[in-house]
Amino acid sequence: MERKTKIDAESGKQELTITREFDLPLDLLFKAYTDAEIVEQWMGTKVLKLENKKHGAYQFETTDPKGNKHGFNGVIHEFVPNQKIIRTFEMENTPFSVQLEFLDFIKLSNDTCKLNIHVVYRSVAQRDQILQLPFAQGINMAHNRLQDIVLKLTK
Amino acid sequence: MMNLRRDVFQAIADPTRRAILLLVASQSLTAGAIASNFDTARPTVSKHLQILTECELLEQEQNGREITYHINAKKMKEVADFIEPFRNMWDDRFNKLESIMQNYKPKK
Repeated sequence: MERKTKIDAESGKQELTITREFDLPLDLLFKAYTDAEIVEQWMGTKVLKLENKKHGAYQFETTDPKGNKHGFNGVIHEFVPNQKIIRTFEMENTPFSVQLEFLDFIKLSNDTCKLNIHVVYRSVAQRDQILQLPFAQGINMAHNRLQDIVLKLTK
Repeated sequence: MMNLRRDVFQAIADPTRRAILLLVASQSLTAGAIASNFDTARPTVSKHLQILTECELLEQEQNGREITYHINAKKMKEVADFIEPFRNMWDDRFNKLESIMQNYKPKK
């Protein structure tokens, strides 16, 4: 599969950009971000609240394989259909501070479009830690799998 | 271990340094040959080469008066693996989004 998603994280900056082109008309990409049922499907989360308007708020909740619930929330600062969303994003009960996200939805042709997400973090260190999260989780998962195997062997 | 990773991570986060790595990945080059590919001043390129060498992404070899740079494939793989999970996470999500929306039928 072609690598379509691009991450740009310049050294020493407390921001990064995520860029992705889609084989989708612009309005369908925007819908994927604003229709609660569809967000649930591709984000793999429960949507508790999603108010698509300026000063609206959103609340997501995911359940990990162990059954622990993780909350995410934010406030929408700007909402322009098929153009942009500016919002905050916060992972609840973590040491990570709130982050600011600028989402730009760009039409490329009638059936293609582009999403540009510019994320600003509280500090360079926090950005780097968040960038490393999936890497760390991957290690944890490998570690857990190893533990499972060891447990089975010792039973 | 974590500090080392962060240094390497910062090294590859810079666009010029990434361009240098791409260049040297295809063939070993002298500092002069690398610098000739950039509009940037030669001392700036030298500084980038120094950083890439310090975090072991590049290896130096003295050839007479010239220094030749090689890519350290092992280290490069480690770094790619390290930043890959974050990109993969988003790529998976967006692939899912794309396929859901390609099959999307508006409700009447």
